[in-house]
Parts: sequence; structure tokens; C-alpha cells
Amino acid sequence: MTAYIVRRLFATLPVMAVVALFVFFLLRFAPGDPAAIIAGEDATAESIAAVRAKLGLDRPMVEQFVVWTSQLLRGDMGVSIFSNMAVTRLISQRLEPTVALTLSTLFVAVALAVPIGVLAAWKARKWVDRLVMGFAVLGFAMPVFVLAYILIYFFAVQWQMLPVQGYQPMKEGFWPFVESLILPSVALGITYMALIARITRASMLEVLAQDYIRTANSKGLATDRVLLLHALKNAAVPIVTVIGIGIALLISGVVITETVFNIPGLGRLTVDAVLKRDYPVVQGLILVFAGAKVLVNLIIDISYAFLDPRIRY
Amino acid sequence: MFNRILAGAVALAVPFAAAQAQAPAQEKVLKAVMHADVRVIDPVWTTQTIANIHGALIYDTLFGNDADQKPQPQMVGKYEVSPDKLTYTFTLRDGLKFHDGSPVTTKDVIASLKRWGAKDGVGQRLMGFVTKMEPVDDKTFAMVLKAPYGMVLESLGKTSSSIPAIMREKDALTDPQQQIKEAVGSGPYIFAKDLWVPGSKAVYLKNKDYQPRTEAPSSFAGAKIPGVDRIELVWISDPQTAMSALINGEIDFYEAPPNDFVPLLEKARGVKLLKTGKIDSTQGFIRLNHLQPPFDNVKARQAMYYLINQEDFLRAIVGNPKYYKVCPALLTCGGPYENAGGREWMKEYNPKKALQLLKEAGYKGEPITVLSASDHATITPATQVLIQAMREAGINVDAQSMDWGSVVTRRAKKDPPAQGGWNIFVTTSGGVGSANPVLHTWIGAACDKGLFGWPCDAKIEELRNAFGMAQTEEERKKIATELQARAMEQVVYIPFGQWDTPLAYRADKIDGIVPNTGLAVLWGITKK
Repeated sequence: MTAYIVRRLFATLPVMAVVALFVFFLLRFAPGDPAAIIAGEDATAESIAAVRAKLGLDRPMVEQFVVWTSQLLRGDMGVSIFSNMAVTRLISQRLEPTVALTLSTLFVAVALAVPIGVLAAWKARKWVDRLVMGFAVLGFAMPVFVLAYILIYFFAVQWQMLPVQGYQPMKEGFWPFVESLILPSVALGITYMALIARITRASMLEVLAQDYIRTANSKGLATDRVLLLHALKNAAVPIVTVIGIGIALLISGVVITETVFNIPGLGRLTVDAVLKRDYPVVQGLILVFAGAKVLVNLIIDISYAFLDPRIRY
Repeated sequence: MFNRILAGAVALAVPFAAAQAQAPAQEKVLKAVMHADVRVIDPVWTTQTIANIHGALIYDTLFGNDADQKPQPQMVGKYEVSPDKLTYTFTLRDGLKFHDGSPVTTKDVIASLKRWGAKDGVGQRLMGFVTKMEPVDDKTFAMVLKAPYGMVLESLGKTSSSIPAIMREKDALTDPQQQIKEAVGSGPYIFAKDLWVPGSKAVYLKNKDYQPRTEAPSSFAGAKIPGVDRIELVWISDPQTAMSALINGEIDFYEAPPNDFVPLLEKARGVKLLKTGKIDSTQGFIRLNHLQPPFDNVKARQAMYYLINQEDFLRAIVGNPKYYKVCPALLTCGGPYENAGGREWMKEYNPKKALQLLKEAGYKGEPITVLSASDHATITPATQVLIQAMREAGINVDAQSMDWGSVVTRRAKKDPPAQGGWNIFVTTSGGVGSANPVLHTWIGAACDKGLFGWPCDAKIEELRNAFGMAQTEEERKKIATELQARAMEQVVYIPFGQWDTPLAYRADKIDGIVPNTGLAVLWGITKK
């Protein structure tokens, strides 16, 4: 297993190199010029050119790429063109809110979706099942931002139970921290919940039709033991896979959720950096996201071995 | 089991609750959402309005414009002008100190003015007249001109584009094309760089050592008395969320709510709206590329006037007539130099005539490239109205949809449209800057050295210079009328009206709001 993990970690290096290459050149080929944005509305073309030269953006693209990669190899992601702040600092400032939002969403989604998926499979083709599936269709169909605005309108503006926006770090109080995450987690978690509930149901239905489940039922085992120990454990591999795939969904969902709920996380940093053409920040963020995705995939793959003893690396 | 979970949760929560209970008495914090986020800390390096709002909080200026847009001494205690109007002698008032505790000296002032004068358009014009600036002592310096220039004080007190912020000499010696690394000023608030999260929040702490002037506050003039302990410029990019946060009392001040939200905010409990000062906040206009056909021909440019019905644009952008004004002029209506020069060009909306005049100017149906911003609250609808009018006239429109960031890049290209250039883009300008022919850079026609579109007309530049050198208000008004008539004839740009973006704030929580004239004045706001 250790050799497998080491091999997989080494395999991430070419993946990251390809990501770096693509990100760098795609950004440069995309229209837009940070110097023009920095110089502002009333700047002349001369002034923009002078800013561009000072930022080194007038140099050949290959030269810029070599400079950036050599910095990267030294662990330096560069500095923001706008704020002059190190990209690593900008990312670390924004990491906590995104991690908190992602984990709380994962928690909400998995804690609710797996039981209702199991319940739907157990009560297949009954009203509970239809209700769960109806919820899943609605969860998929409703865009995150629409749900977010509905939640804000009722829970924050009308009933004033929760804040409209913002993020409170845990160090500023546990309840404000939780309070600031409830609406965003629910808004972001619904789609994810719908996805996991559907897969759990489908996977459970397949397992529940197996002979060993019939045997377990014939032995007179309690329903909860049959469902949770015999069926769910064997249905877990596709569920865990979809949780892993869902993390990619979460990353894209975080961008919208953070914008609507004004959470200063990596998603908003990405949108702002793209709109402002802050190349070093976008490049750094994409590398971080790619690294996170590779890492999640690795964790999911490793978890298979624990869930299914037949899988060995 | 349940009891054990509950006990664990309580054990976790108690330390947090205790920490909160021990927190010091709450400081007075103003939470303001501005029109953009503070990403650049150098107000000279960029002309972005938000960088200048940030700059106006932490830096002081030699002069400050009052509510009537008249420059009044701010850092300057007294000044003298020689009888030949060639030498200005300025003496700094007592008690001026930078946030690091060092005194403000004339060395700092001269270095700051030189940097600003090398970068800012108005500063460059002023420095064109300045032969030397030299210190007399630590508090007095002389500015010597080669010819009398009537806009010296107006330039030093200006609030549009880059303000002439007075920095420490060591910061001011930074190349003007590079951003300063430390934002240390001598103004009423101190920038808390450690608390700055670009794209989210910029924090300013009250400068307890600041010694305000004794005169009554009036916009950028008079006493700048810090009203709260801390100002947080919070960036909420989603306007719907910002509006909800204001209604919910999570923020105190919303600088530029989109006009669509004004009816909702008017009804919201505790929220008040405040119209801008005597001058509307924004002027919208269409810029034609004078370098490329068909608009390299003045007749083709003039034909475009017949496609503009300002009401169509203003209804699309603002809606409520209470907040907009039809103004077929280049110098701001309601401003001191509002005049009738050249208005006759915009009397008639007639698409057929526009096409006919275009054809007479040699237009043969070639595609006309319009840079169409897709993500701007006002420029996007205005561009759509223009495109529709052009299509109705039968003009072959090549509408290139892109984000605003791409528009500002592409508009700097002088190439033909087919090679990445352009023919038309739509933009806006601040009403205060557009009120003065010298400060209003878009009215200029300095060819290659001018702004995008590159109008080229020696007469316009002569008139702008003459305005700057005029010594009486009467003379200035006469020149302003002549200038506007000439600029309208040459079509430096086509205005499509003026509008007001009201400020929205929690009247139950804050006080001391002043109308926004160019830059938001935040230092005088107090918390109830």
C-alpha cells in the first residue's frame, strides 16, 4: 500500500506540470490585460504600456513562463499584480472559509443523503421513495444561486434568524462561526445531497436484491443490521466514488455560493482574479485546486481497499 | 449517550462564550460597501476611483474641494501668489504628522507632487507650467511657473482620477509606474495593512494624532474629524446580497446600489437614500475611434448624433426619471461650466438620416465593430440600446460581446477592427471631473497622447490650455462654451445623458453622511 501511495504521489507531478502549462498559456491567450485594468478609466495607452512594461507583461510569453516555473520550483507562486501581496498569503487568507464551507457542506450532505438514500431503497416504489426521488430531482434542477437567494430572503431578511452574508472565523466565537455557515452549506449541499441520495438508493437497490441479503433476512436479522452492516457496506464503493466526484462539483459550487453569501474564500478569490486578469493568483489557485482534486482522488482510491477487502494495490 | 454528546458540546462552547464575554467594549465600526474592492493601495499608480477613496482616507492633500467644488487650503496653512502670478508660496499648517510619527515636510510634499505630476493627466498639465518647486524651509515651499496658470489650486485639490496625495518622501520616490509598497499617509485614518484581505475587506483605524482644521467640514475642505474608531470597506460583489445586508443591518453604508434596487431600498425600514450633490454622479457617452474608417471622417462621426435619443439610454440604465437628466452636452449639466455650445447637434433622433449621412461620408456597409461589455451594470444596457439603434438604421453592426476587462484591453488597440481593433465603445465618466474642461480628460483631443479613440484637434487643445490660463470666471465660461461647441462639432464623444446613483445608508445607525461629489467622504460619518 505504501509503495502504491508513493507511486501515486509521484504520478501527480506530471499532472501538475500539465495543469501549470495549460493554465499559464490559456490565461495569456485569453483576451484581457491586467495593466489596462490597473491603469484605470482615465489612463492613456502610453500609461498602460508603461505599467505593462514594469510588470514584465511585455516580455515574450515563453520567458514569462520560464520565470514563473523557476519561481514555482522554489516554492514561490509569485505576487498579485494588483495588491503586491504574495499569492501564497492570499491563498492562505482565503483557505479557512473555503475549507470550513466545504467540510460543513460535506457533513450536511453526507449525513442527510446517505440515510435518505438507504430509506428510499428500503421503501422502494413506496411514497417515501417517491418523495426522496422528487427531492433529488428538485435538488438537481434548482441552481445554487436561486436557492441561495430564497434562503436569504426568508431566513435572513424576513425572519432575521441568520445573517445574510459574511464569514466569521471560529476564533471569533463558535456560534457566529456556525451561524455564518448554515445557509451557505444548505444552499450548496442540496445538489450534492440529491446526487448522493440517488446513487445511494441505486447502489442499495442492487445490493438488496443479492442472495446474501435474502439469507440475512431469512436468518431473522434485524432490519437495521441488514441495511447498515450487510447492504450499505457493500454498496459503499459507488457512494464513496460519487462523494469524491462531488468534491469537484463542490469546488465549482463554492465559487457561486461564496459570491452570493459574500464568503471570502478561494472561490471568490478565483472569480475576482479571473475578472481582473491577476495572472499569478489565477495560476496559483488552479494549481491548488488541481492538487486538491488529485489528493481527493488518491484518498478515495485508498478508501476502496478498506471498504472492499477484495481490492488490493 | 445523548447526555454525553450534550455535555461535550457544552464543554466546547463554554470557552468560546467566555472569550466573547471577556471582549473589550465594542469599538465604533463603520461597515461600508463601496462600488469596488480595494486592490491597489497607491492612488497615484492607478486612476481607479476606489483607490482614490482609499487614498483620501489615509492621505491628506494640500487643498481640498468644498461642497461647491472650490479649492480650499487643507494641509496648507497659508499661501501667497506673486503679483505676476508666476510664484506660489505654500506654507504647511502646524501639527501635520505621518502615521509613523514623522513630521510632514516640504521634501515629502515636493517629492509627492513630482510623482503625481509625472503620472496623472491633470498633474502633467500642471507640471507643464511648473519650472521648479523648491523648499524654503521644512514648512514652506515655492512653486514657480513659466506662465500664469489659473488651475493651480484646482489641480492640487482635485478629487477626480488620481488625487495629489502627499506621501512620505521615501514612498514618493517610487517610480510612478510602480506601486508603492507601504501606504503611510498623514490623513484622518490609518490603513491597517495586516487586516487587509484584498477582494474582501480593507480596514482603516482612527488616527488619534490627526489635527483637523478649525473650519467647518465641507466635502474635502474644512475639518476632517474621524467619526468612528474603525472603517471597514467590505467588498460584496453581489449587489443583491449587498442590498439584503443593508436591509438586515449588517452593513451601514452602500455607496452605489444599482438603480434597479432603488425602489426596494426606498421602502426598506431604517434605510435612507441620499442623492449626490449639485453635480450628478455619472455621465455616459459613446466613444468613436477617430483613427479608423468610417469615423476617421468627421461627417461619419456627426451622423451618429442622429442615432441618439438620450431618454432611451437613460430609461434602460436608470428607469426612474427622478435619478436621471437628459443632457446633450459634454461639460456636466448642473456644473459651473454648463453651457449651450454645440447642443444643436443632438436635436433630432433620425436613424434614416444617420445612415444617409454615413453613406455620404463614404460608408459602404462595412461591419462596424462595437465593443459590447456583457458584465457592467450601466455600460451593458447602454451598449445594447446603441446597437439596436444602429441596426434599426441599417448599419452593419459587428457586436463583439466580452467582459469589461476585455473591453478596457481592446480599446487600447489602434489596429483596424479586423485585426483586433474597434470602432465604438461605450463608457462613463464621473460628473465632477466632467464639469471642468481641464480635469475632464475625455474632452481632450491630443491625438496619440489622448485617451482611447484618439481625437486629434489642435483647436480643442488650445482652448483647454486657454481655459487653464484664464484668470477670471467670466473668461473661463466663455472659453468653456467655445470648447464644447468645437468638441461637439468634432465629435470627441457622444453623450447619452447623466444620472445619479444615490447613496444608501442605515439612518438609524449612522449620521454625518455628505452627498457624494466625486469621491465618497467617509471620515465624517459617526455611529449613533
